[in-house]
Amino acid sequence: MTDLGELYQQVILDHNRNPRNFKRLESANRKAEGNNPLCGDRIHLYVHVDGDTISDIGFQMPQGSGCAISKASASLMTEAVKGKPVPDAETLFQAFRDMLAGGANAPGKLAAFSGVRAFPSRIKCANLAWHALHAALQNNAEPVTTESARDF
Amino acid sequence: MLDTSRIRPEFPILARQENGKRLVYLDNAATSQKPRKVIDALVHYYSFHNANVHRGAYALAVEATDAYEAGRTAVARFVNAWAREGVVFTRGTTESINLVAGSWGRANVGRGDTVVVTAMDHHSNIVPWQILCQEKGATLRMVEITKDGRIDLIDFGRALETNPKLVAYPYVSNSLGTVNPAAQLSKLAHAAGAVTVVDGAQSSPHLRVDVQAMDCDFYALSGHKMLAPMGSGALIAKPALLEEMPPYHGGGEMIERVWDDRSTWNRIPHKFEGGTPNVEAAVGLAAAIAYLDTLGMEQVAAHEQELARIAIEQLSQIEGVTVYGPRDHRAGVVPFTYGDVHPHDLATILDREGVCIRAGHHCTQPLMRRLGVAATARASFYIYNDVDDIDALVTAVRKAGELFGVPA
Repeated sequence: MTDLGELYQQVILDHNRNPRNFKRLESANRKAEGNNPLCGDRIHLYVHVDGDTISDIGFQMPQGSGCAISKASASLMTEAVKGKPVPDAETLFQAFRDMLAGGANAPGKLAAFSGVRAFPSRIKCANLAWHALHAALQNNAEPVTTESARDF
Repeated sequence: MLDTSRIRPEFPILARQENGKRLVYLDNAATSQKPRKVIDALVHYYSFHNANVHRGAYALAVEATDAYEAGRTAVARFVNAWAREGVVFTRGTTESINLVAGSWGRANVGRGDTVVVTAMDHHSNIVPWQILCQEKGATLRMVEITKDGRIDLIDFGRALETNPKLVAYPYVSNSLGTVNPAAQLSKLAHAAGAVTVVDGAQSSPHLRVDVQAMDCDFYALSGHKMLAPMGSGALIAKPALLEEMPPYHGGGEMIERVWDDRSTWNRIPHKFEGGTPNVEAAVGLAAAIAYLDTLGMEQVAAHEQELARIAIEQLSQIEGVTVYGPRDHRAGVVPFTYGDVHPHDLATILDREGVCIRAGHHCTQPLMRRLGVAATARASFYIYNDVDDIDALVTAVRKAGELFGVPA
């Protein structure tokens, strides 16, 4: 079970059980929707950008969708970027992606997802929220999908 | 039950270890594993008989043609087809249904017409009809299911009141395991003047199928779910319907004569088999059918139903597990959820225990919406599965519960 323990680290199990910023944000001025058509998971991401700063952020996963990895990833992401300047959030996005692609660990609690590297079928789950964030910050109204031609 | 101690050694892949554990393959509704006899038949074909078919200027080509056509005979006999020429080889169920939609559908469905499908259909028996209806300005009517996962016969009757041109439904549901009353549905649809299309992807591998007794008009099957290679499959149809239908794919083999600006068509079934066919698939299908014949389809069905019964009984003893689908009239497909553990997580944890299951929407999103779940976990059985596999499944599910702290 050691390798499973590396995937499902305590911080991930905790954020899956008690996701932070798990809310619809009425004041959001940026929104994005993410889909993983393979498992049917969906995320709605709400961001309020004030000047250059992410002043508030929330997410929802409709109809009980969202596996532990995708939900915890979304939750930890909202914690990591809340209050941060937009360029810093984009840098974190890149660092997170690089980590899952085999690169160095992302900073702070985000390193908890380093174990996902050993589970290729779950990398898209971990990345889903971050791609939604990227789309929201780019003001891209098109829903993002884990099955798009772009590198996920 | 079948003697799995004799069957298992005949499947080379089952000797494989997964994370140091015995491979417990429970994703048979997605695809089956292949016995040595099927693998050997493919190797033998390529080693001794390979040539292009139906162009027999030399002995080798005649042998290849014979091998290909022997596959057709085997399929015809296996499902009790109306005639050999009523068996069209395709890449599988999906292509078979697309063939009916693209040929019969395009010729017979028009503006204002209705096509009926059910809410438990696989996307492959929904999307081709959506495309057809959108192109023709026709209406697609989806029949509801009952709470326990059967086709709602009352709603089915209401749908028939629209006098649909065509009614499509699955014999066995890939998501729920429901065995539908295929003959009764066909009779009702015929009385309303409709042509019937049966998705046989999940029935052909697991039950004795008799298309003449069922009296449908089209029956689609996939070889890869019944021990044969990927990319093998067939459309079984009433020959008279095939005769009237326009071609599906234009190309070589499907023609009789070609002029500069027009062509005439080959006889059925070749009219629908443009291009060099997948001879290997036909050879593999024949070997797979021969293998299933030695077991007997009644015994295969009984074996899987017993495994499903035991699995449902044991899974239901775990607090928090919900099993979907009807209590009876079901095949060896067991969909379930476990507390708030997402099926995708469940599948990952089971994989570490060597247990392969499917997690997700199983290509039945309209059904999942009606069940009120985003995804389910699905264990599905075949001839080589045994009670040890169920024990491994149940033990692994309990482990997932411990990891995720599901209250026991």
